Amino acid sequence: MVKRAMIAIGPFHPLQEEAEFFQLYVEGETVVDMDVRISYNHRGIEQLSTQKTFDQVPFVVERVCGICSASHPLAYIRAVEDICGCTVPERAEYLRTIVKELERIHSHMLWLGLAGHFIGYNTVWMWVWKYREPVLETLERATGSRIHYANAKIGGVRRDMDDEALRAIDKAMDDLRGPMEMLTNAVLDDPVIHARLKDVGILTLEDARKWCVTGPTARGSGWAIDARADDPYGAYDRVQWQVRTRPEGDVFAKTVVRCLETLDALDIIKQCVRDMPGGPIDAGVEHVPAGEGCGRVEAPRGEAFHYVRSDGSNKPVRHKIRAPSYVNVPSFKASCIGQHIADVTITLASVDPCYSCTERFATARDATTGRHVMTFADMVRMSQERTRALQKEMGVEPLKLE
Amino acid sequence: MTQAATDPQSASPGGAALADRIAERLGEMVFARTDANPRRTWLSVRPERVREAVRVLWEEFDGRMATASGIDVRDGIEVQYHFSFDRANLVVTLRVLAARPETELDSVGQDLPAANWIEREMHDLLGVRFRGHPDMRRLILSDDWPEGVYPLRRDYDNANERRGPSGAMPPDEAQG
Amino acid sequence: MSWKTWALKKSLWVYHVNAGACNNCDIEVLELLTPAFDVERFGIKLVGSPRHADALLVTGICTRQAKPRLQEVYLQTAKPCVVLCIGSCAISQGIFRHGYHAACCVDEAVREVDPEAIIAYVPGCPPKPEAMIMAVVKALGTL
Repeated sequence: MVKRAMIAIGPFHPLQEEAEFFQLYVEGETVVDMDVRISYNHRGIEQLSTQKTFDQVPFVVERVCGICSASHPLAYIRAVEDICGCTVPERAEYLRTIVKELERIHSHMLWLGLAGHFIGYNTVWMWVWKYREPVLETLERATGSRIHYANAKIGGVRRDMDDEALRAIDKAMDDLRGPMEMLTNAVLDDPVIHARLKDVGILTLEDARKWCVTGPTARGSGWAIDARADDPYGAYDRVQWQVRTRPEGDVFAKTVVRCLETLDALDIIKQCVRDMPGGPIDAGVEHVPAGEGCGRVEAPRGEAFHYVRSDGSNKPVRHKIRAPSYVNVPSFKASCIGQHIADVTITLASVDPCYSCTERFATARDATTGRHVMTFADMVRMSQERTRALQKEMGVEPLKLE
Repeated sequence: MTQAATDPQSASPGGAALADRIAERLGEMVFARTDANPRRTWLSVRPERVREAVRVLWEEFDGRMATASGIDVRDGIEVQYHFSFDRANLVVTLRVLAARPETELDSVGQDLPAANWIEREMHDLLGVRFRGHPDMRRLILSDDWPEGVYPLRRDYDNANERRGPSGAMPPDEAQG
Repeated sequence: MSWKTWALKKSLWVYHVNAGACNNCDIEVLELLTPAFDVERFGIKLVGSPRHADALLVTGICTRQAKPRLQEVYLQTAKPCVVLCIGSCAISQGIFRHGYHAACCVDEAVREVDPEAIIAYVPGCPPKPEAMIMAVVKALGTL
């Protein structure tokens, strides 16, 4: 009988930015079940929201997650605008879109770098993050901060961008196109990366629907849902772009979706700069009437869904925050089962989990003795060794980046 | 992407028309309806029919459960299941009351895996008991959080629980 | 200066701990390793185990769930070590101060298990990577 053991990952370890506790049950080298314990990052933000005024809440909510920092405030703001029924000025919509797409670029690049590390391509990690740095500088130029932009407010945006800022953004997108295309082509053409990511961590469309996943996790399984198209906000219904999907459902499919979305984001931003209308940036909402509303935006990881209830006072009565990772991470139950241990780290990474949004934690133990069997660091090392073995077997040169 | 002729979400144009069809199909399961705007509809559902109502939205109308939220109201905990009908740009929220003192409802998570975690969270934070939930373990609050204390309830006073007992890690937990 | 301290100042190995953070400070910590800042040229290295670390980079508000684990990691870390509280959350819990799940500040949690702990504070939300590098340099200067 094959021994069933549980693999420990966490609570703290390198390259997992948050404490996570995954419990993987393995028999031999195959994952047969998994579980997750979360709580480490729980900061009680929903309760804090009810103690802040409507206009103060975005500052709290942008700290739900440092990577989706523009998404959560905008989803909350849309929920409140749902209650108010106000019309956001056109210029504000374009400005919001620019910041959201810059966020998407920096987030997808962050993911690409970390994914590269997990499968042993540290060069990819360093190069992607090198080109990511100007994106953060552009965000700082545009909003005043590398992350935590505080750009949107109920009814509009807080700060305008002058022509010089818009020109700088446009130039930054031009400068990024070449490197991003180079990275995309290098990663997507590499036969060893194909061997590591294709048919790995498959989430079928049926399972995607059962777990109600969103974002690239859903679109990589052929489910064409995208809040930018389904419930348009910003300038998304005024610029040319498309919803990117792949049918395979494996890690490679999700990688392709993210790479294409990053390139699309460059185009969306350039269109917004080119077509930027004049006019006011703020509808001047002074009071939120009693009522309830739902707001959603497409964060890099998927749909951020917020629900707000107001009783006509100056503070929300209830604010529900649902981050995309909250629905994506449980789908590990479907995508991790049957995987080889060496493939688990990249499968876990493939939904681009943002634990601050959701907070999870996992461990593994030997089922019979209760002893610690393997650490996350061991599993990352296994994953990297598997890549090296494949490279040798296939007689392929390491990835060339210019 | 082409849409099948039998696609439940595209058979009628627009969210408002779809909301009408859903309300009609749910029939007497629903006792009140609010349309905040053409994209947002709230349907108040009888507690004993919530499981059935959710199955209709999910299986018959291809709804995607975005999330659920609970709020402490005078008569109990109001639980809302938010369903998105993406192609029609419509969110239909099923509003159901877990009346005091029991604050219990049938678990929807036993049918729809996507509801599994959020029901555990509502149990942690609001004390709603979900009958039939396959895995009602603590999800979001710490291991040492006292039982019976629900932070999102109106009568919660957070002065006491903040510090918590400091202590060593549980002995059965591995180090990363 | 003892040879241990001299060795420590030559090349600082750091271990990153997230005690309930929004991920922002954590990403900026990882930024330090990447070509734009490249702290490895100063000998600063991110290690995989607290037992190899000279410094703990702690982010986050120290939630109830994270607190005992943070204390355990501190106890495992080889001494001498410096605890660097990165960001407003680690210093004072920031805007989450009144939350029900916010146990205590990071320095209180660490001093509970070691009253003599060396703790440095890097303010910001998040602190810029340059500020973090300066903090490490300053902390080394006090040893």
